Amino acid sequence: MKLLAVCGMGIGTSIILKMNAEKALQRLGVDGDVEVADISSARGAASTADLILTSGELASELGEVPPEIVVVDNFADVDEITQKLSSAIEARS
Amino acid sequence: MPEQSGSKSLLDLLPESAIGIGMPADDWRGAIGAAGSLLVDSGATTGDYTGEMIETVEKLGPYIVIIPGLALAHARPSPSVLHTGLSWAALATPVDFGNAQNDPVRLVVGLAAVDHTEHSGGLAQLARMLSDTDRMDALMTASSPAEVRRIISEYEGAEQ
Repeated sequence: MKLLAVCGMGIGTSIILKMNAEKALQRLGVDGDVEVADISSARGAASTADLILTSGELASELGEVPPEIVVVDNFADVDEITQKLSSAIEARS
Repeated sequence: MPEQSGSKSLLDLLPESAIGIGMPADDWRGAIGAAGSLLVDSGATTGDYTGEMIETVEKLGPYIVIIPGLALAHARPSPSVLHTGLSWAALATPVDFGNAQNDPVRLVVGLAAVDHTEHSGGLAQLARMLSDTDRMDALMTASSPAEVRRIISEYEGAEQ
């Protein structure tokens, strides 16, 4: 499965989110890739992603996109990311 | 993991001159200004970069407060970035950025990047440290720049 971590510039917060999302996928035993995008290219990149991970502010900036958006509050909390990803993956199947 | 193989470690990117403890700030702009002045002090950026980091928040909102108490201030690679670097501004008093989940901010980490890769290894190290809450508490309450670097170097040692 392909996840897209979205931040404002694609160079800062999304790298931290990507790291911890990869840990979360490992915990869930899900085979997946996490890619990084900035907010301006995210709409295009979203069409090939299964899920999007981002913050609340940027989720409203993105608006309606094809894949489900998982809003992460604490980018360093692998427990939070694991739990939210788990629910989102379950909802897809 | 090739996309995280940025050549610089967290300690490479964060010299003692880029770390400030007990920095005064009245509001979020002042807090970003503190992180910006440390990037200037350590030679990573010119003074213009501070304004660019503030504009990012004005445009996209306080999403940079990614962890309770911590903002990762940054802007795009630009001519005001002289070399890749981080700064560490521990605030004297916490300030609100307008992020309902993660305010108030006690620590602003400033990031200056020349491209999309050189800082990524160091930032990935930071991410691993930040998800370790004991280590994070120790870093948030460190009393000197040397202590911040010591805690990071112990962590880097443990990772090897």
